[in-house]
Amino acid sequence: MPAAAAIEVQGLRKTYDDREAVRGIDFSVRRGEVFGLLGPNGAGKTTTVEILEGYRTRSAGSVSVLGHDPEERPPALRERVGIVLQSCGTYPHLSARETVAHWASLYASPRDVEEVIALAGLEEAADRRARTLSGGQQRRLDLALALIGDPELVFLDEPTTGFDPAARRAAWDTVRSLRDLGKTVLLTTHYLDEAQALADRVAIIKDGRILAIGTPGELGVGAAQRVRVSWRGEDGELHEREVDDPTRLLHELTAEALARGGSVRELTVVRPSLEDVYLELTAEEEETVGV
Amino acid sequence: MSDVIALGWRQFRLERKQFWRNPTAAFFGFMLPVVFLLIIGSLTPASDRDIIIPGIAGMNVMASTFNAIAMNMTFRREQGLLKRTRGTPMPTGSYLGGVFGNVAFNGTVQVALTVVGGVVLFGLPWPYHWDELVIFTVVGIFSFTALGIAFSHVIPNFDAAPAYTNFVFLPSILLGGVFFDPATTSSAVLDDIARVLPISHFIAGMRGAIQPDGGLSHHVGDVTVLALWGLVGLWFAIRGFSWEQRRA
Ligand SMILES: Nc1ncnc2c1ncn2[C@@H]1O[C@H](COP(=O)(O)OP(=O)(O)OP(=O)(O)O)[C@@H](O)[C@H]1O
Ligand SMILES: [Mg+2]
Repeated sequence: MPAAAAIEVQGLRKTYDDREAVRGIDFSVRRGEVFGLLGPNGAGKTTTVEILEGYRTRSAGSVSVLGHDPEERPPALRERVGIVLQSCGTYPHLSARETVAHWASLYASPRDVEEVIALAGLEEAADRRARTLSGGQQRRLDLALALIGDPELVFLDEPTTGFDPAARRAAWDTVRSLRDLGKTVLLTTHYLDEAQALADRVAIIKDGRILAIGTPGELGVGAAQRVRVSWRGEDGELHEREVDDPTRLLHELTAEALARGGSVRELTVVRPSLEDVYLELTAEEEETVGV
Repeated sequence: MSDVIALGWRQFRLERKQFWRNPTAAFFGFMLPVVFLLIIGSLTPASDRDIIIPGIAGMNVMASTFNAIAMNMTFRREQGLLKRTRGTPMPTGSYLGGVFGNVAFNGTVQVALTVVGGVVLFGLPWPYHWDELVIFTVVGIFSFTALGIAFSHVIPNFDAAPAYTNFVFLPSILLGGVFFDPATTSSAVLDDIARVLPISHFIAGMRGAIQPDGGLSHHVGDVTVLALWGLVGLWFAIRGFSWEQRRA
């Protein structure tokens, strides 16, 4: 296999009626990579992902998924792709196991049903009718149905929304095990910790545009290279300063405290997390519009 | 090709399982029609049974095909089940074939029950014209199912589905000659309305099959109108088909 990208997106646009939901985005996902699309409600994540899945047509731009144009919906592509939609029902009167087994019959070389049930953490709910499953268990069934065909590429649109913390960790482990198996994963999420924990690279998307793209580490230091230093001053107030290089500031603070014979109280030096970058990037436009 | 058929067969079996496990579907698609047959058949004087019982077959076939598929498609579209299925390698033909097969099976069972019930319980003769019975059953089920799928595109959401289907179903059974023979009614208006509705032509065929002087050759017009309805339904069913619910 050549090292061609699993997903290639160039100048992608999508217009609904007269509002533009995706306004010219470019990114590519390498094979074996976990790629995160991170953004607030209405950013255009689902629109983008569903274009890649072949559910929606694009208004402009070019898209390639495992070498195919998803808009043509080739069956060969559907064999190789697993999909977790943002919200989607199953047959309410079939048990989870029956549903997974039925889905297995739709693929040429499916994985083992019991194995996938275990992988998705569905063992306890496997014999219950789908309509009696909780929201989180439904989501695990969604995951199981996406994995049963043994796909090379998995789309996960908000895979952990509605999960309790334990289920979330379990789902994270599943995504990690997908990566270990060499699968390519494109996931969307609102959760920074999720993007940070799972994604090799993240694109931050808002209002149909990509604001930043890179590894979680790069985004943390790259987009906002500043370091935040905070401390409690002699006046009892909490001070905070953002600087490019904290060496000088720290030297001044400590020198002054030593000269006084005291200490710098509550001193912290933090590098902005992905969360800070995200908030900063996604807040910008609101500020300009809001004030 | 054999894959398409094998997968269609699987889907059909899945649909049967779903049907029997779903109390609402099993009640409206099977139990209620049987109860109607028993009650209405018992209340009808023996001399009118050859008119009314084929009428009930029409009502029950329409309920178990048109109503059932319109509701079911609306439900699956709203739930995203159609969309999910579309994301798998399953051929569209297998899926729709399995879904259609399930409804066709129920419709056939209803015809069989009315025929057998008519003979065993209500003293009707066995059909004189089996060919007519079979042809009308096949064409009727095809037409009502196609119309049901087409109609599901008009229904905005599942909550509204019972109201929408009854809006079509109730006038159909009341005006379409389930409880009277349009040919002998004194009201020209009723007769004209009945002539438009597909159910009246289906019932005409059912009635013809159990009358000695009936027979397919006397109902070519009915089967043609019924088939035309089916083709119109099929055209809208395919043209308007949507795997996803439209956004309001
Ligand atoms: N089928 C549609 N018709 C019209 N507008 C749409 C349609 N789908 C999405 N939109 C609009 O496009 C924009 C992007 O929606 P999209 O669902 O892609 O966002 P998202 O990032 O997935 O949001 P969320 O986090 O809430 O799922 C929104 O303003 C939405 O209202
Ligand atoms: Mg979304």
